[in-house]
Amino acid sequence: MSYGQSSVVREVGVDERRITVTVNGEKRVVEVEPRLLLAHLLREGLALTGTHLGCDTTSCGACTVLVDGTPVKSCTMLAVQADGHEITTVEGLGTPSELDPVQEGFSREHALQCGFCTPGMMLTSHALLESNPDPSEEEVRWAISGNLCRCTGYQNIVKAVLWAAEKKSGGVS
Amino acid sequence: MTAVDEVKIGGMGASRRRVEDARFVRGRGNYVDDIKLPGMLHMEVLRSPLAHATITSIDTSKAWEIPGVRLVLTGEMMAQRNLAWMPTLSYDTQAVLATDKVRFQGQEVCVVIADDPYIAKDGCEAIVVDYEPLPPVVNPLQSRAADAPIIRDDKEGQTDNTCYRWEVGDRAATDRAFATADVVSKLKLHYPRSHPSPIECCGAVADYNPATQKLSVFMTTQAPHIIRAAFALVTELPEHMIRIISPDIGGGFGNKVPVYPGYVAATLASILLGKPVKWIEDKTGNLISTGFGRDMYLDGEMALRSDGKILAVRMHADTDQGAFFSDAQPSKFKIGLMHSAFACYDVGAGHITAQGHYTNKAPGGVAYRCSFRVTEAMFFQERMMQAAAVDLGMDQAEFRRRNLLHDDAFPARTPFGFLVDSGQYGKCLQIGLDAIGYDQFKIDQAEARTRGRRLGIGISTMTEPLGAGNSREYDILGIKMFDSAELRVHMTGKAILRVGAKSQGQGHETTWGQIVAHELGIPAADVIVEEGDTDTAPFGMGTYASRSTPVAGAAIAMVSRKIRAKARKLAAHLLEVSEEDVEWELGRFYVRGAPERGATIQECAMAAYSNMPDGMEPGLENNAYYDPPNLTWPFACYIATVEVDPATGVWDVLRVVAVDDCGVRINPMIVEGQIMGGLTEAYAAASMQFQTYDADGNIVGSNYMDYLLPTAWETPGFELHEVVTPCPHHPLGAKGVGECATVGGPAAFVNAVHDALSDTGVRNIDMPLLPDRVWQAVQDGQDVSGMPPVRSDA
Repeated sequence: MSYGQSSVVREVGVDERRITVTVNGEKRVVEVEPRLLLAHLLREGLALTGTHLGCDTTSCGACTVLVDGTPVKSCTMLAVQADGHEITTVEGLGTPSELDPVQEGFSREHALQCGFCTPGMMLTSHALLESNPDPSEEEVRWAISGNLCRCTGYQNIVKAVLWAAEKKSGGVS
Repeated sequence: MTAVDEVKIGGMGASRRRVEDARFVRGRGNYVDDIKLPGMLHMEVLRSPLAHATITSIDTSKAWEIPGVRLVLTGEMMAQRNLAWMPTLSYDTQAVLATDKVRFQGQEVCVVIADDPYIAKDGCEAIVVDYEPLPPVVNPLQSRAADAPIIRDDKEGQTDNTCYRWEVGDRAATDRAFATADVVSKLKLHYPRSHPSPIECCGAVADYNPATQKLSVFMTTQAPHIIRAAFALVTELPEHMIRIISPDIGGGFGNKVPVYPGYVAATLASILLGKPVKWIEDKTGNLISTGFGRDMYLDGEMALRSDGKILAVRMHADTDQGAFFSDAQPSKFKIGLMHSAFACYDVGAGHITAQGHYTNKAPGGVAYRCSFRVTEAMFFQERMMQAAAVDLGMDQAEFRRRNLLHDDAFPARTPFGFLVDSGQYGKCLQIGLDAIGYDQFKIDQAEARTRGRRLGIGISTMTEPLGAGNSREYDILGIKMFDSAELRVHMTGKAILRVGAKSQGQGHETTWGQIVAHELGIPAADVIVEEGDTDTAPFGMGTYASRSTPVAGAAIAMVSRKIRAKARKLAAHLLEVSEEDVEWELGRFYVRGAPERGATIQECAMAAYSNMPDGMEPGLENNAYYDPPNLTWPFACYIATVEVDPATGVWDVLRVVAVDDCGVRINPMIVEGQIMGGLTEAYAAASMQFQTYDADGNIVGSNYMDYLLPTAWETPGFELHEVVTPCPHHPLGAKGVGECATVGGPAAFVNAVHDALSDTGVRNIDMPLLPDRVWQAVQDGQDVSGMPPVRSDA
């Protein structure tokens, strides 16, 4: 699969590689240019537009996805580097009928305003809770410090993650 | 049957969870980069590497040879269609694509349209531009030098680098007051250039349909109707054939108000090619070419009586506008609402002069999360207040208390002409002082000082004018600053509300429904809110300057009341009584004296479509345009405590207390979210966030590795308090709030650091208070200026 509209017209001279990625549990075999960024494969190639591009320099974290469960900024990872790996995007959090506790916590605690940083912020938070189910406020702040938010001031994001931790442990219903 | 419970239906005062979140937490928002149209092409921009240069040649031939490149546009090609230059929202002109010269680093020179953005970038790299460098001018000092090059030699009659001159107040009365002063306190400072920097950059999908000749542009804009008007002027397309659609916006903060060259170039490309063209700016493009805020040099003084009474204030402001005056100020006010400075104090007389300067830097001066330059005004005000208290040897809190307007002073006319209409300033200050434990802190501070620890406390109190405007005073390009709402109630009592404002994260879809719920008793969940599409939303001036609730929110209340007036007639018909005998309680009309006989608003809605009285026009819908009688005047008291490490210059925030009086709160959760976000931007400005330029005009702060924004790790926690003084003229008693903390917050942090250094002789360290600046100040016992470097050969 090529990126954008050019797949039908760009037949000559393009060096494409076949890769296999599992995205949100679904196995996908795609043809990509070696220079294609993972974020673009997800957004354009696989129509998963919940992954946002913010800064292009691995700084803001809006493009964060999970690669084999680890948060990775997909704007500076090549799609070919994802060959053979499992990717989770925001679309893979929760189910259509039931939100993941992190998603629910973000809404409940007003941890988002414009929503642009939210997918990356939630995936980083989700990964934190997988490795540390009972984090302190300080641990939450450190864990999400690679993700920038310009709207909220973070305080409600921290509360949301702590709420999700409690929910996961059965502490709140 | 009784009235509905307002909290249960999500009315006024309910911390209703946000409607928007359902899509955002699932990654199902619809931002401009998510829009994909059939046959869509992609545009990239080639930018100038130099700050000031003559273009001697542009060779695009190699770009055209790349497979997949569909169009390369140069300034010359734009000029053939009279589009090389465009008007700005401040009556200046701005280059779309450079023709003669480049005037700042990052200026748009060419655009390439291709099958995908990778190919478009390849195309940009294949273009060869020859430049003849010219001496760059990087600050107002250089700009006004006698031998400075004329940056805007494109403008007829422009003989220097002055962009505007402006003054306000009473010079003679101010001079007289200064002559009687016991003490004159002086302060000079620089509010550095700062980029609003929403995480989402600017972008557009321009879609010209050659068959219908209609232009649709999906665009990151905070003010779609103004953009439509501007496009009608620029492109000569008729206004009804232009549709601007602002989808979900990933933050704006003032950055997404102006018209940018990328929007215009993508539009022309779509017209020429007959295909949709998408332009998505990268972060560097956003940071180095779109609307920055601040960059102002302030020099002022305050006349004081020895008992602490302020007699007069005097200020001069020099603004660095960059190469084009491209911000969006109300046309009467070249330096925005700078003259709202000192509005919360009784200062007697005042006089302000201002001068704008062209430089070889990115254009702007936009209202970055503020109501037209009030951030600079309030920062200077509160730094001046601290300096004056120090000069008088008076306690910071007491000096403010003595000069704040008293509760019985309203309405009060300021020396600069504003009418400040309401507030409880002394109460807010006292709540803040009590919350932080002011007296105890002073004791702890003195004790810590004996052990070599430097603690500091900073206060910032201010009112600011939010919600432009009233049409007598405020317009953009001659368009008066009002707003609008259109409400249609369907027969089953559900409704659609369309508003001329445009949310960028403020949660309008949630809050606006609450106003309808409050006015009509229709549950907020039964109201769908639409904004941002100029073909469907009624005319509005957009969302910036904290004007949505003051203006659009009022229009929503007014249109709801029009609906209620008609529903009353329907109720009288249903209840078979005269209209005068019908009483209203939330959600229901009833017969006076027989409260059990009633008709709900939903029953009235059904009657409007199925059982209207003879002669009544069917349906239940209306619209309202609202022109506010005055601005709204929220008040805030922000107090921060810090500890400075003199050995490193690092300072840590200990506590932050915020007391906000923004009138009646529609959704307290959302209001508090706005305040915390604003406080974070205030902390950012005080501590790290700024852009500067080197002597050659190279920007420092062109990406997130150089342009520092606070993360969750540095950002302090916030303790919020509230006071409610209803706005006397707003139909809901609400005032603006979105920007208060960004405007008033920086001085609290900066004053706190200076308070910690009070025995060092340091009077002013310019923001941001980077550790090296603080360390240098402590070492030398001297002020540290943020003035950018001046070329040695200039």
